[in-house]
Amino acid sequence: MDMAVQKAFTQDATVTNAMPAARKAKVAARNVNVFYGDKHALKEVSVVVPEKGVMAFIGPSGCGKSTFLRCINRMNDTIPSCRVTGKIEIDGSDIYDARLDVVQLRARVGMVFQKPNPFPKSVYENVAYGPRIHGLSTSKADLEQIVIASLKRAGLLEEVKDRLQDSGTGLSGGQQQRLCIARAIAVEPEIILMDEPCSALDPIATAKIEELMEELAESYTIVIVTHSMQQAARVSQRTAFFHLGNLVEEGPTEMIFSSPKDRRTQDYITGRIG
Amino acid sequence: MTDIASPAAGFVRRVDITSDAAQARVRARYRAERRFRAYGLISLAVAAVFLVVLIADIVRKGLPAFMHHSLVLDVAVPADLVPPQSRNDPIAIRSADYFPVTRDALKAAIPNIEGRGAERTLTRLLSTGAADGLRDMIVADPALIGQTVKVPLLLSANADLYYKGVGTPIIAGFGRGIATPSGTNGEITVLTSANDFADTLVSIKKDLAERARLVSLEAERLDRVRSQDLTARVKELREEAAGYRARVDQPKIEEVLDATLPSYLVAINGGLVKITKLSDIGITGDVLIPLASPADANAGDWKLVTYVTPESNRKATDQEVAFLERFKETGAVERRLNTLFFIAGDSREPELAGIRGALMGSALTLCITLALCLPIGVLAAIYLEEFAPKNRLTDLIEVNINNLAAVPSIVFGLLGLAMFLNFMGLPRSAPLVGGLVLALLVLPTIIIASRAALKAVPPSIKEAALGVGASHQQAVFHHLLPLAMPGIMTGTIIGMAHALGETAPLLMIGMIAFIVDVPKGFTEAATVLPVQIYLWSDLPEPAFQYKTAAAIMVLLVFLFVMNGMAIWLRKKFERRW
Repeated sequence: MDMAVQKAFTQDATVTNAMPAARKAKVAARNVNVFYGDKHALKEVSVVVPEKGVMAFIGPSGCGKSTFLRCINRMNDTIPSCRVTGKIEIDGSDIYDARLDVVQLRARVGMVFQKPNPFPKSVYENVAYGPRIHGLSTSKADLEQIVIASLKRAGLLEEVKDRLQDSGTGLSGGQQQRLCIARAIAVEPEIILMDEPCSALDPIATAKIEELMEELAESYTIVIVTHSMQQAARVSQRTAFFHLGNLVEEGPTEMIFSSPKDRRTQDYITGRIG
Repeated sequence: MTDIASPAAGFVRRVDITSDAAQARVRARYRAERRFRAYGLISLAVAAVFLVVLIADIVRKGLPAFMHHSLVLDVAVPADLVPPQSRNDPIAIRSADYFPVTRDALKAAIPNIEGRGAERTLTRLLSTGAADGLRDMIVADPALIGQTVKVPLLLSANADLYYKGVGTPIIAGFGRGIATPSGTNGEITVLTSANDFADTLVSIKKDLAERARLVSLEAERLDRVRSQDLTARVKELREEAAGYRARVDQPKIEEVLDATLPSYLVAINGGLVKITKLSDIGITGDVLIPLASPADANAGDWKLVTYVTPESNRKATDQEVAFLERFKETGAVERRLNTLFFIAGDSREPELAGIRGALMGSALTLCITLALCLPIGVLAAIYLEEFAPKNRLTDLIEVNINNLAAVPSIVFGLLGLAMFLNFMGLPRSAPLVGGLVLALLVLPTIIIASRAALKAVPPSIKEAALGVGASHQQAVFHHLLPLAMPGIMTGTIIGMAHALGETAPLLMIGMIAFIVDVPKGFTEAATVLPVQIYLWSDLPEPAFQYKTAAAIMVLLVFLFVMNGMAIWLRKKFERRW
């Protein structure tokens, strides 16, 4: 066992100790390495995401936080040169197991992207697509109910109820992003990954999304990558700081922001590196 | 801790942008831009001129081919054309001989013609297919047998061309004296009481003098070359010129006309006499159209007619012009839309040739091409773009697809010949094989266009689909493909237009044959539009030149429609995201 692995395990141990007893681990990553061709993008990352609530990944650009996020629903599989080693478990089962169906995994782990990317179809079709391909509805009325419920949960229903058949791309940026969230929750995931969901939005739309996140955190496990430390502080219960492919520090959000243990974390949150 | 240096206080610009050199650089930049714009405009203008000239030339030549002249005559359909007992048998009616019926109708229109030559000339004015119209009429309504009906009879291509203006200017002047013809048919003389033909004689002499001048000029030109080989020719030309001059200088001699001079004719008593010899007061000539009587004609009742273009310089002989002009005067000539052009197959007779066969051939061929190309091309593009592993083999395939798009089309023809005809034993000249060959030709275009269209779809759409748990294939077929469809359609239609205009590979598989029948199936012998155009352009008959232009117009219309459709599809389904 080399030094890095040893260190990761010690970290893992501290993480486990710091976790509130009531919240069990949803996602557990152990010694995750990611390579893009020859580039070692993520080094020996071990972290535990507790069930329900929001966990934020922060760090400067290119630090690997998005890469790690995309490992959780295996979106990195679409990049041919990408190679992942280590172990990521959801509810105790390895998601990189050869027997696991990646499509089913993604139904359990939804994702919201940096740029709102609704399908160029109607609002209704955007939300209905996921349930339809997963066979979640038995009838048309059933499907409609799922769509309405999802839009309502995403706080979008009031704004779009008269234009369900209009194109999803015709909505405003904030509405589009909430439509994407509605689309993600329509397939009833357990975990929602959000990759800088507010970076293309104005402050009002951002506030709405953050509000929505708080609501959703009651029933979903949310992992968010953000560049905004204020956002991380506002919405998350736990925060992980990444730097140059390493997971530097992880812990309760208030701890990270008030008394970081690592020098790099301190430099970052005070604005000296970035 | 940033490395960005703040601007130093008292920063001085090292480049003076107000100096003369700097100003000159600015001016040079503007000049360069103006020059570039001028090049663009000039090339556009040149291209536009070429385009306009091309289109104008094609339309000018092609438009006349869409109309055709017919002769509307009273045709007496004899009662014994079809035996009475088989009047109800369409086959018997169809197989009756209608040619003599039309010939008799023609003879009735211009009575009393003597001589087999003139008679043959008359019947040759009609197309060999003229009786077909009559036959179709009788087959449709057998009750017409035994009656006299007005039937439009198709004129031959030459007669049609004459009415379309490929003839001769005609001048006619009234006679001043009393004209006395010596007969009504054959060779006759016409004497006049005034010097009616003196002016004609003067103009003939003028023509001869002009010709003498031209011939001597040519002789002088050849003489200056000082070649031994040409001395004989020079001598010959000089003698010819001297002969002309002698004719000019001797006014009293009766002048003999020939085919190199304009034709002079006398229209008298409803007939027409072509002058062969003339003096001031009388002429000798051949009757082209028989006179009604040999009676004297008063001043103003007869005419001196001139066909300005010499007979040797035009297609229609004097006899033909006389008949055609007579039909025009009687109002029997009718100009109508040349429907035969669109409903007939190819023919050796220009007036009977149509593009239906070629159009059908093109349609059948393109059906095969499209049915093969679109699915194979699109699926190949999807596989290569989305599913194929990125390795040396796929790289090689990709490079080769791009190269195939640039392979000369005749090579595909050779491949088709070797593969489909010789190895697989498919029928020659068939749209099936043509379609297969064109499919090979168009596939690279469609694959490249489809891959470009797939690549142009933002990756965020695919990510979104994968993110909600769609499989790779679902993401591609539910989201990528619909969004790429406008681009794919555009590429496909452009490819099809390319295939529609392709000739070379089809020559190799025998689609260049002369095929009269309109093809009814994929394995029947057929030809296609561009090959038909090529075949017609090769024929010597002037009427086929018009047909060629008309067929080009049809082809261009199809190409414009297909390209228009491509643009329309692109605009209609273009989506923003």
